[in-house]
Amino acid sequence: MRGPVRTTETAAIEGTYVSPVGRRTLRVFGIPFLRGRYFAGVCLLVVVVVASVIGPLVVGHSPDAQDLTARLLPPISGEHLLGTDALGRDLLARILAGGRLSLFVGFTGAALAATIGVLVGLIAGFREGRLGTIAMGIVDAQLAFPFILLAIVFVATLGASLPMVIVVLALSSWVSFARPIHAMALSIKHRDYVLAARSIGATDATILRRHLLPHVLPTAVVIATIQVAHIVLFESALSFLGMGVPVDIPTWGAMLSDSRRYLQIAPWISIFPGVALVTTVFGMSLVGDWMREALDPRREQHE
Amino acid sequence: MRSFLIGRLTRTIIVLVGLTLLVFLLLHLSGDPASVLAPATASAEDLDRIREDFGLNDPLHEQYIRFVADTVTGDFGRSWKYQRPAIDLILERMPATLELAGTALIIAVVVGGVLGMAAAANRGRWIDVGSVGFSIVARAMPSFWLGLMSILLFAVILGWTPTSGRGTPLHLLLPAATLAATFLADVLLLTRSGMLETLDDDYIRTARSKGLSARLIQFRHALPNAALPVVSSVGLIGGRLIGGAVITETVFAWPGVGSLAIDGITSRDFPLVQASVIVLAIAVAVVNLVTDLSYGLLDPRIRHQ
Repeated sequence: MRGPVRTTETAAIEGTYVSPVGRRTLRVFGIPFLRGRYFAGVCLLVVVVVASVIGPLVVGHSPDAQDLTARLLPPISGEHLLGTDALGRDLLARILAGGRLSLFVGFTGAALAATIGVLVGLIAGFREGRLGTIAMGIVDAQLAFPFILLAIVFVATLGASLPMVIVVLALSSWVSFARPIHAMALSIKHRDYVLAARSIGATDATILRRHLLPHVLPTAVVIATIQVAHIVLFESALSFLGMGVPVDIPTWGAMLSDSRRYLQIAPWISIFPGVALVTTVFGMSLVGDWMREALDPRREQHE
Repeated sequence: MRSFLIGRLTRTIIVLVGLTLLVFLLLHLSGDPASVLAPATASAEDLDRIREDFGLNDPLHEQYIRFVADTVTGDFGRSWKYQRPAIDLILERMPATLELAGTALIIAVVVGGVLGMAAAANRGRWIDVGSVGFSIVARAMPSFWLGLMSILLFAVILGWTPTSGRGTPLHLLLPAATLAATFLADVLLLTRSGMLETLDDDYIRTARSKGLSARLIQFRHALPNAALPVVSSVGLIGGRLIGGAVITETVFAWPGVGSLAIDGITSRDFPLVQASVIVLAIAVAVVNLVTDLSYGLLDPRIRHQ
């Protein structure tokens, strides 16, 4: 997918978070609208992280404690704030436990993906040989291909344990690092300071580590933030389809999958896990956009 | 143009060969291919019989050649669950998947395109703010939850549509709209930013100063240029739609190939899973190839490369 086809598409999509109003026009309490949106993203994310980390200690219910006399209780009924599911388990406790898993998987998956993607992108860009061409060919092929099909193959053959799911998630996302990092490496390596480093006898490894890596790290961090959102979303999709982590770990996707049978009589068990998921993904992508704009001022002027 | 064609065709073939190789390798990496291939209830004798039947004791390269030959001839083995050739099951369900993905594509392109143009033409007004807001929300929304919530609202509470299944156009409405949502947002934002960029160009100012109507300028002058990135993204969307159909079909119990693959996973029916994935992958590859080629036809710069 090299050439105009992809570049126009990605550039256009990335340039699409153009504020619907002129940047200097709308202010809420003196704060520009844009900053307000990102501020909201940070708030959402803080709420999600704090709730997932501290929440389970505060709720007082175990996410696994079944109570068959208290099945499908509606929200705000007695001691269960968000009600209970089909086995009488406290919904709030399960959502908070699901949040822990989502964040854990999101950050570890993104870290693994970043490591693979940055390494492959840098090395392929630095030494433009045949290996680099093959690596970037794989990246382009994967970008043009729905990863869910590959995920199905992985899960069907190798099974779905927690580490396996993290590997699958990282594999779904490393290409999003490799492609832009590769492009950066290609442009940096001809700069004078790289030439200078080489002329005083620096090895390839030193140049990669000391001169190229620091240059691409900010970009990698921005991509990683956005990828956390993607990975959280993809993990819940896998769990929803029954291809996620083992069922004894509460996940938002699996909760939503189980809730389908009770949609008519107990809609709240379909609503709340989804709200938690959307809040997390939305907060994370807002923070990602904010970091991208903060690190790349040109994008704002482009408006 | 000819070398462009050959290049794209080669790439498609490499992708498909790569996929079969991956399926094959993962099957053998799993430790015991026989236990993956076998149904969940298989006994030790069954496993031995499967090793014999599938030739799992032969050298690996012979097995791979046989696997590719079988794939090319459409022989994916028999589904354990349905006790029928997997390819027959898939071909029966393919029309449902194509119907769903095709309808979603039309919704995404038509509604997204129209809203994107309207948003660009009315920058800063409610239709712009509303469209962009909708797009941002739609892109953060997991399709399976969007599907569940639309079932809850339109089928359970309002009773306008059936909850699941396939049959009447009403059955198609919710799944197609759910599948279309993310892509609609992409098309909307692309059209909007494309139009905004084009509307700033000199030749648009010329047209305006000639006294042409705003509508004429938008449709005749700006749209063709703004549409190019949209067209190129539709190709990528085509492939992603087929992937997204796997999830949407599961939510709405839509009897397509995607839900068949998931059915295969939950009932540990490997021949079925493998066949569904390979057939879906071929569909994606064909869609990608066709759009690459049509893009080459549309854009002279590629044609003359």
